[in-house]
Amino acid sequence: MKWAPALFGLLALALWEGAVRIGEVPVYILPGPIAVVSAFVADPVGLLQSLGSTLFVTFAALIVAAVLGVAMAVAMSASRLAQAAIQPWAVALQVTPLPAIAPLIIIWVGDPFVALVVCATIVAFFPLFANTATGLASPPPELNDLFRLYGASRWRTMALLRLPAALPYFLSGLRISGGLALVGAVVAELVAGSGGFASGLAYRILEASFRLEMPRMFAALVLLALAGILLNFGLGAVGQAILRRRGLA
Amino acid sequence: MLTISRVGRLFPGGVEALRDASLRLSEGDFVALLGPSGCGKSTLLRLIAGLDQPDDGALTWDGGPPAPGDIGYVFQDATLLPWATAEDNVFLPLRLRGLTRDAAMPQVHAVLRRVGLGGFEKSRPRQLSGGMRMRVSIARALVTKPRLLLMDEPFAALDEFTRHKLQADLLDVWRGAGCTVVFVTHSIYEAAFLARRIVLMTPRPGRIDREIASTLAHGPGTRLDPAYAALVAKTARGMADALQ
Repeated sequence: MKWAPALFGLLALALWEGAVRIGEVPVYILPGPIAVVSAFVADPVGLLQSLGSTLFVTFAALIVAAVLGVAMAVAMSASRLAQAAIQPWAVALQVTPLPAIAPLIIIWVGDPFVALVVCATIVAFFPLFANTATGLASPPPELNDLFRLYGASRWRTMALLRLPAALPYFLSGLRISGGLALVGAVVAELVAGSGGFASGLAYRILEASFRLEMPRMFAALVLLALAGILLNFGLGAVGQAILRRRGLA
Repeated sequence: MLTISRVGRLFPGGVEALRDASLRLSEGDFVALLGPSGCGKSTLLRLIAGLDQPDDGALTWDGGPPAPGDIGYVFQDATLLPWATAEDNVFLPLRLRGLTRDAAMPQVHAVLRRVGLGGFEKSRPRQLSGGMRMRVSIARALVTKPRLLLMDEPFAALDEFTRHKLQADLLDVWRGAGCTVVFVTHSIYEAAFLARRIVLMTPRPGRIDREIASTLAHGPGTRLDPAYAALVAKTARGMADALQ
């Protein structure tokens, strides 16, 4: 049972390779898994460096999104005026498609790395913000009453009740935003790459597609998918460990 | 200790929770507020705690209004911090008053022992049974040595065996702590077992209908005592009259 996903994956790869060979599908249409692995082996350093560049943007964006998301959720939780001011803009940011605004951001920001981080942050921000805001509002009214009864200030209540209560929600948002930050980084790199900024795995994908180097393009895609899976599981494991340590899991 | 004079509370939307409710609490009292759901018992408790304000009437405290820590509150659910250990939950009111952990721990451990939770100081709420969680909640309310302990149907969600045990233990704690207790319940048996004074309330709008004094001598055989059965019967008749 434990090995079922791996066995299924190997079977799917075998079927893919078999279908490509039997059907004599040209490599520029669909390369088989062996051709994809060969493309990776031909230039592992270049592809991994590009992956490192994409992940660097991803983690930078995730950190910025976490700081901004928590800060804005706390401000919103502490003040109705802040809530009225922030919420519509946060939703507007969420529904604005990144490919539509990425070229503008890249032009306005100037520095390509910062521009990529800004783009990925926009995509990663909302789940962190919304989840943290939900978590801050999650303590039952009786606990809020208890803090009032003992004369706790608003900020003491925030520090001792609301922020700890929001932790599981924040960690759940972090896991979602991890994947979104990677997607945001890749989309931004594609836009930047088409403008001539050579960096990240998305640029390698773009470059390989222009040159019809489909095995290399697939190798980059596989690396991205693996990075996304590892990011998701890694953030999930970190979250679980923190919650276990806090007695919440 | 406290005089409640003709207080009324009208909630937005026109729901009149309380009208002309008057009550006097003395030091060391054990008062049960008894009545059906929606008769304003919890509203009255919140007014006493200062968590809500009356629209009419007044609450007058002998010697001035209570300071933080003078009132302990136990809710229907234990409402503990799920991430905190039993001792940290009990430490919370002292922490909010500015005490350091080291200074507070002897007091915290003593009150946990008093409610029968010695040895469970490091347990988290999810590791405790419903009855034990409620004991932590009572310990949290007692740790500041309150003059007044307000309890809002604290045992309603517990099984009967646990409820009986906690009721007996609460009487021991009350005698030891020497504070005044106001205990909200909709159980005639519970009110008769616990209280020195049973205050009957009627619903919509909530009013105080009458008061029944108890002279029961509490002990292991109280529930089998004919005087307890007579008090239950008297309270049930009074409640039936009040509801007409």
